[in-house]
Amino acid sequence: MMTDKLPRPNQPKSLLRFSAPQLFYPLAGRLAPWFASAAVVLAAVGLYIGFFVAPTDFQQGEVYRVIFIHVPAAWMSMFVYLVMAFWAAVGLVMNTRMSFMMAKALAPTGAMFCFVALWTGALWGKPTWGAYWVWDARLTSQLLLMFLYLGFMALTAAIEDPRRSDRAGALIALVGAVNVPIIYFSVKWWNTLHQGASVSLTNAPTMASTMLAGMLVMAFAAWAYTIAVTLWRVRSLILERERHTEWVGHELDLQEGRA
Amino acid sequence: MAWESWGAFWNMGGAALFVWGSYFVTALLVGVELMLVRHRRRDTVRRLIRLRKAAPPRGDVRVIEESVQ
Repeated sequence: MMTDKLPRPNQPKSLLRFSAPQLFYPLAGRLAPWFASAAVVLAAVGLYIGFFVAPTDFQQGEVYRVIFIHVPAAWMSMFVYLVMAFWAAVGLVMNTRMSFMMAKALAPTGAMFCFVALWTGALWGKPTWGAYWVWDARLTSQLLLMFLYLGFMALTAAIEDPRRSDRAGALIALVGAVNVPIIYFSVKWWNTLHQGASVSLTNAPTMASTMLAGMLVMAFAAWAYTIAVTLWRVRSLILERERHTEWVGHELDLQEGRA
Repeated sequence: MAWESWGAFWNMGGAALFVWGSYFVTALLVGVELMLVRHRRRDTVRRLIRLRKAAPPRGDVRVIEESVQ
């Protein structure tokens, strides 16, 4: 039958149905604890490998153990920004409400990881380079990322009208995304004090396999954490934005009964 | 990898300040973020419940909103 082949956007089985806030809200609530538990387990395993399995670095001694949070945090800070930019673009093109809420929910966690990358980098830089901070390409572009996150959060919070707030935020997210490849490739493009990538898609990693394992497990922990916190945060955003709807009314009644 | 003692572990080859300073601040920020997310959830639910009570069941919530903020 011809009609069976036609795409049906409102097909109840399609994953796209979760772009409706009303359906995404309970899904987020159900998924978040699983990701949070995964984050706890992964972080425990990662820290165990990082502190008790990975050997002392032959050049840097023990201080290199900062790597197990520094690199995952730096990766997450860049990745989260790209995901934010992706949702902003989807929101602008498809005009979907959930996309902008996702972008907003991601920003604080991205900013947190960005700060962690800068902070741990400073504490690692002092004993290895002799300076907490240098104005080189990698560090400066990462600092710019921090300001982009803060700018996004300040701007979206300052504009009352949700539609205008969303659009202004999306603009920062998209324009700022250009900075992410600059951060990533800065160690190749410019002469910098920061060491090059120890892990890349094209070359074999230049580090002990247990060090690499610890770092990757911690990176997965950071992913799981980010997903859990973002889902929790977006639930509050959904309630705010959808407060005029009937289903939020029911949800509030439910919450009140529980309190 | 075996540390000679817990003392050696906490000392981190003399880099204790840098290593533990990194881990401590990260743990602190994660804790603060989780707390903020919880508070936000609680505040949002409370505020919206208050708004709903102030509004007649079928009334326009938007009109009353500003006064209840």
